[in-house]
This record gives sequence, structure tokens and C-alpha cells, in this order.
Amino acid sequence: MSNEIEAIRDPGLPAHVHRRADTDPKAAKKAERQVAILFLLSTLGTVTLIGSYFFIPQDVFIFFPVLGNTNAHQLFLGLGMAASLFFIGMGAIHWAKTLMPDEEVVIQRHEFRSPDEDREDFIATAKAGAAAAGLGRRSLIKRSLGLSLGLVGLSPLILLRDLGPLPGDELSKTSWKTGTRLVTDPGDRPIRAEDLEVGAVAQTLPEIPAGAHRALSDIGKDAVLLIRLRPEEFNLDAERLSWTHEGIIAFSKICSHMGCAVALYEQQTKHLLCPCHQSTFDVTRAAKVIFGPAARPLPQLAITVDSEGYLVAKQPFTEPVGPSFWERSS
Amino acid sequence: MKARERIAGNVANYVDERTGAAKWMKKNLTKVFPDHWSFLLGEIALYSFVILLLSGTFLTFWFDPSQREVIYDGGYQPLSGLKMSAAYASTLHISFEVRGGLLMRQVHHWAALIFMAAIVVHLMRVYFTGAFRKPREFNWIIGIGLLTLGIVEGFLGYSLPDDLLSGTGIRIAEAIIQALPLVGSYLAFFAFGGAFPGEAFIPRIYTVHVLLLPGTFLALITVHLMLVWYQKHTQYPGPGRTEKNVVGYPLLPVYMAKAGGFFFIVFGVTAFLGAVASINPIWLYGPYTPGQISAGSQPDWYMGWLDGLVRMSPPLETHAFGHTISWNILIPGLIVPGILFTGMALYPFIESWITGDKREHHLLDRPRNAPNRTALGVMSLTFMLVALINGGNDIIATTFHLTINQIMWFSRIAIFVLPPIAFVITKRLCLSLQRADRDLVLHGRETGRLVMMPHGEFVEVHEPISAEKAWLLTQHEQNPPLALEQNDARGVRRPGTLKNKLRARLSRAHAVAVPKATAADLKEIEHH
Repeated sequence: MSNEIEAIRDPGLPAHVHRRADTDPKAAKKAERQVAILFLLSTLGTVTLIGSYFFIPQDVFIFFPVLGNTNAHQLFLGLGMAASLFFIGMGAIHWAKTLMPDEEVVIQRHEFRSPDEDREDFIATAKAGAAAAGLGRRSLIKRSLGLSLGLVGLSPLILLRDLGPLPGDELSKTSWKTGTRLVTDPGDRPIRAEDLEVGAVAQTLPEIPAGAHRALSDIGKDAVLLIRLRPEEFNLDAERLSWTHEGIIAFSKICSHMGCAVALYEQQTKHLLCPCHQSTFDVTRAAKVIFGPAARPLPQLAITVDSEGYLVAKQPFTEPVGPSFWERSS
Repeated sequence: MKARERIAGNVANYVDERTGAAKWMKKNLTKVFPDHWSFLLGEIALYSFVILLLSGTFLTFWFDPSQREVIYDGGYQPLSGLKMSAAYASTLHISFEVRGGLLMRQVHHWAALIFMAAIVVHLMRVYFTGAFRKPREFNWIIGIGLLTLGIVEGFLGYSLPDDLLSGTGIRIAEAIIQALPLVGSYLAFFAFGGAFPGEAFIPRIYTVHVLLLPGTFLALITVHLMLVWYQKHTQYPGPGRTEKNVVGYPLLPVYMAKAGGFFFIVFGVTAFLGAVASINPIWLYGPYTPGQISAGSQPDWYMGWLDGLVRMSPPLETHAFGHTISWNILIPGLIVPGILFTGMALYPFIESWITGDKREHHLLDRPRNAPNRTALGVMSLTFMLVALINGGNDIIATTFHLTINQIMWFSRIAIFVLPPIAFVITKRLCLSLQRADRDLVLHGRETGRLVMMPHGEFVEVHEPISAEKAWLLTQHEQNPPLALEQNDARGVRRPGTLKNKLRARLSRAHAVAVPKATAADLKEIEHH
């Protein structure tokens, strides 16, 4: 407490200093004119807005430094709107600052805590209410009410059940089957090995009957990336090597981290990079993760050619594609 | 009496006879609000919300929240004939054919960015000045709720157009849901009505974006403002300002003109940005398909830190007993944000537990006078900043010719190392500023005038500072740390010793201060 006794004193509110407009009628008149000019600028903005809306065609582009080629209709509409709003605000604030009273006012605060007797009264009322309802005595009512209230909370959960189907094995399955042809995306053309030069990449999907609808949910699992290297560039075990065809290797394009499309291929380093979180996969080593947050390689699709020489899946994916989920076993 | 006054009188009479509002109005129209630029930050958030409601309503008149597949035949030639969702096609329609549509889309998006920025800066103001202390803890928690919902609402908003970029964002959100142990794949299938992306998600989040969340916002903002009104605004310390009073300007007319005018200024600036600054040009991205992506995929800024945490996470996954747990998603995507936001919400209670201070506070702290709190705040901001920088690692890498490798490793190390360093530096800075305040009160300000003494020595003349300034620099409380006895009167150890030890330690750290100048110190100096 010694602090408080010796503390430096509060000198109190400083004396009020009048503005020029408070004492000089000329200055006040000038301020009034300034406020009026600001409000008039706002009306000018509204006129610009109306004019642009009706009279500037939507396909005129004008070049402005910094902004570049700009659509004149959208630009002047926006500038008109901005001015019409902005200057109302400037006018009002200038008015408040120059002409409205600027003497600071002091009001007192009051403690939020209710007076003791009010608090006691409140507690007494609450107790009396509870006693009148008799919840304390009638335990059967209390317990059955608790049970019913608890169960009633379940009903919204039950009612939301039909939001979607159960996942089943949907997350583990793709449309790829033994012998499914790989077709280009876009274009839906089957691919021969010689269509792909060394170093080339192709985005493919499983073939579907002509005219059939391809759902986005299927693309989200089926998208496959084909990459052709020289066969000696691979660093694969015998099984994985047998999944390639003449240097062509196929991976799921859906990132094993969070499901983005792994679309960036560096030809020099033979790395695949996911633009979402920069997980990087080494194509020569069966898409092993060499950098970033992904924990698993991209699933490899075994490919071969059919009797007509078109690339086909040798077998379905041997593991689920895309991001991890609880039921995934490896 | 003039006719105008008579009409005003009649209206007031009519309303009062039916509501009895006169007493309440009389009291509240002269309500006093303290003036300071930093009190406008919350106002900006409020006004941006109103702008969002207005511009958003405009957009709903043309937006078609449907993932039905359509073939585009609108005015934007490069996408002509492409398959896309009705949501994307109608967003193109708003951008190219509806007059003022693009302007409103850009105003809406800019307002959302400003809304979130204003909330964050407002939160920083409230935190660093200690405005969250008793009796304002409720409002602090409501504010954290608004911040959290704002992030969700913003994310849903930029997901609605169903362009390639936003679809990628939804894909990532789906992966986070799917990664939840036990229930993940079920929740994902319920949310999307089947396998990703399905055709249900855009219509569903549309309802959430335009009805559920705005309604929640309205309710929370109303309570937030009512509490500000009822509890009266805090004020900065200064001469004549005490814990018991409010010094400022009355609502009518000054505050109404200033606050009302400020709404128009915020709206005007947002409209200006919408007019000249292109934002989210969805026509450049193309419609969403899960097999494609654009390089440099970035979320809006308020999601960037989350993305940055996910990017820097090490590749950790557990496979056991036929199940998979993706730590690389759960830790950065849910666990760390959960801890951060819970800690933030609980901070007022934690601080009051540490200091043992249960009194009301209406005078704000100068940040330097609460070094521990200020340092903790800067430490958290540093953490967020490192995460945010890593969220843009690909852009930074291409802009500054660095490798992503370098930035990622910088972030992985910096996220642990820099926040503690920031804490120590900030705390030292605060204490130095306290010392400077003390010197200023005791020795006055340096005038820059050099005087040669008779014996040849040069000294600089110091001038005493004004009484107002001296008060400002010394008005704060300096409380000693809590005295927590480890043993009771008989020398027996109290229960909960460990908790008490921690509390005493934190309390000591919290009470570190340079003793402020007192009148006695001043007198002593005068005698010399």
C-alpha cells in the first residue's frame, strides 16, 4: 500500500481547448461548407453509378497503368458506388469533428454485482420455485425426465442418418478391373505404348461405354497418371517392375496425403509433386515419398497390353487410393 | 414551436405511450463512449458483416447452389462448351452477364477478408490491453466463437463457386474428416452424401453459409454488443480517467455521426477495392474435377496458417490392428488448432488464476505494463506467422528463387525455436520500456540543448514532463506475486502442493516489473 500513498497525483481532466469553429462564426461557416461539399461529392458518385449502369456497355475495356486492361462498366460502376458511400461517411465525420460539441463528458460506472439483499432474494425465490415443483422430493419424476430429455437429444442424430450411405468398401474400391483399358482424359481414346514417348506423361481414366456418364466421384478415385521412362531408369523390385510395360509406369493420381491431384511432374528429376502440400514422390522407386507430409507412396497400377496393343490394367489396385481412413489396413 | 419539432414530439409521445421507452432512451441516448482509434477495429468487423449480408443477399438472387452438370454456353468464350456444375456456371453468369455482379462478388470477397482481418486485429487489441479481464470474460469467449465461425463461414463461402481451386479446398477438408479415427469415413460419407465429391455438398454448405451461420453470427454479435453497451466500454488510462468513470462523447449526436459515418467509409473503401482490385477470378481456374489441379493452390489468408501447419507436418502414420491413424493430418489439422483456440478462450481465466485478481477492470493496460501477457501474445503471433509463411511456401519459393525444401525445413525448426525467442525478447523490451518510463518521470525529457558548465563539462538540459504525462506513466498498479504457503501453520504440507508451486512460479513471472516512479523518488531527486 505504500505505493499508493507516495504515488504521483492524478492531475484530473485537462482543460478543454476550443476549436476555431466554436468561437469564430466564419470558421464554422467554412466547416459547414466543407461538409456540404463532401455530401455533394457523394451524390456525384451516385450519378456516376447510374450513368455507368445504363450507358457504359459491358464489353468495353480500357487500359489503365497499374490496373491493366479493365472492364470500364465494372470499374466505373464500382468507383461511383465507392464515392457515393465514402463521401457520406467523410461528411458525417467532418461534421461531428468540426461542428458538434467536442467537450468530453464524464459519467460514472456502477458495480455489476447486485446488492446483497437482491442476491439473497433471488436465491430464496429460486429455492422456493424448485421446492414448489418438488423436483427434490419426487425422484421418480426427476429420473424419468432426465432419461427422456437425454433420449430426445438422440432424435436429431437419428433423423440425420439419411444424409448419406454407409461407406462400406467404397473407399477401398476403384473402377479398375483386370483388362480395363486406359483412356486419355480428356478425349477418352485408348492408348498404345508407342503413343507415349520417353519422358511423356498422360492423364488417364478407365474406359467406360460410349455415352455413359462419368461421375466426378469416380474420377476422384480412378484418375491415373502414366509416365514413360527408359526401362533402365527404374529402381524397382521384380514384382513392381513386372507391373510396368516397356518403361511405362502407372500411378494413382490422387495424393495419398489429402487427395489432391498429384499433377506436377519434373522430367529431369523424375519426381511427382503434389501442389497442395508439396509431397514429393520418386517415380523411379515406385512413387516412394521423398519429401513432404505424405506418409505412403502413390498406389501403383499394374499395366500390360491387350491383344490389340492397347494399354490395360493387369489387375485392380492392390490397395485403396487417396487419403488414409480408419478402416484402411496398411 | 416549429412544425418539425411538434411532429418529433408527437412521434416520441406515440411511441412512449405504447412502450414506455422514454426513460430508457433518455438514459441511453446520452451514453458516453470513450474515443480511441483502436476502438474502431471492432466496428470495422461489425460493418463488414453488414456489407457481407447486403452483398451476399444480392448474390443469392442469381447463384444456383447445385452440382447438377450443365454445358456452359454463356458469354465467357474460353469455357464455352465445357461440362461444369450449375454452381460454377451461375457464378460465371454473375461475373459476366449480371450488371454489377462481378462488382458485388468482389465486394463480398473483399468484405470477408476485411471482416476476418478486423476480427483478428480487434482480438489483438483486446488481448494486449487486457480488456478481456473481469467483467468482460463472456465477451471474450463470444469473440473467440465469432473468430472460429468466421473461419468456417469464409471457407464455405469461397467453396461455393465450385471452381478448380475451391474444389481442391473441399477435397482437403474431406480428407481431414475422413482421417478422424473410428467415425471418419462415416462422417465423410454423411457430409458428402456418398463418395467425394458427390452432388450434395454444395447445396448443403449453401444452407449453412447463407442461413445457419449468418443467423448464429447475428445472435452472437447482438449479445456481444449488448454486453459492450451494458458494461460500458473500457478506456485507456489518462488524467481524470478512473476505474469508476467513463470519459468520452455522448451517443447523440457525436457518436452516432462518427460511427454511422464510419460505416459508410468502410463500405466505400470495400466498394473501391471491389472496383479496382480483382479477387478470386474463378473463370481462370475452370470448373472443378478431382483429377486436375492448378499449381500454387492457396487458401484465403485466414486459413493459410492451418495449411502451413499441414504442409510442415512430418509424414507420420500409424498402421496397427488393421487400422490407420494419420497423425500427419490429425495433429496439424485438428489437435494443434484445437489446443490453440481452447487456450485462447480460457486465457482470461488462466491469467486471473495466476494473479489471483478477482476485481473488475475498466482501465486498459499499456502492453508494456503486463510484460508476461504481452510476451505470450507475441509468442503466439510468431507461431501463427511461421505457420502462415509456410502456408505460402510454394509461392515464396518461386518468388525468391528458394527451394521448397529450404522453406519447409526453416518452418519445421522455426515453429519451435522462434516463438520462445519472441517471448524472451518481448518481455525484455517491455521491461526496458518500463525503465524508460521511469527515467522519463524522474529525470524529465531530453531537450537536445547542451550547456557548458563553468568547469567546462557539457551537460544536456532535461525538462520535467507535464503532470498529465507523469500520471499516465505511473498510474498503473504493480502488484506483488501471490504469496502461496506450501505449508500450513503447523508446518504440514498443504494438499495440491504441485499445483500451488506452479501457480506461485507463474505468479512470480507475471509480477516481474521495473518499480514505477513514485512521488518519494521525485522528491529525493529534487533534494540532490
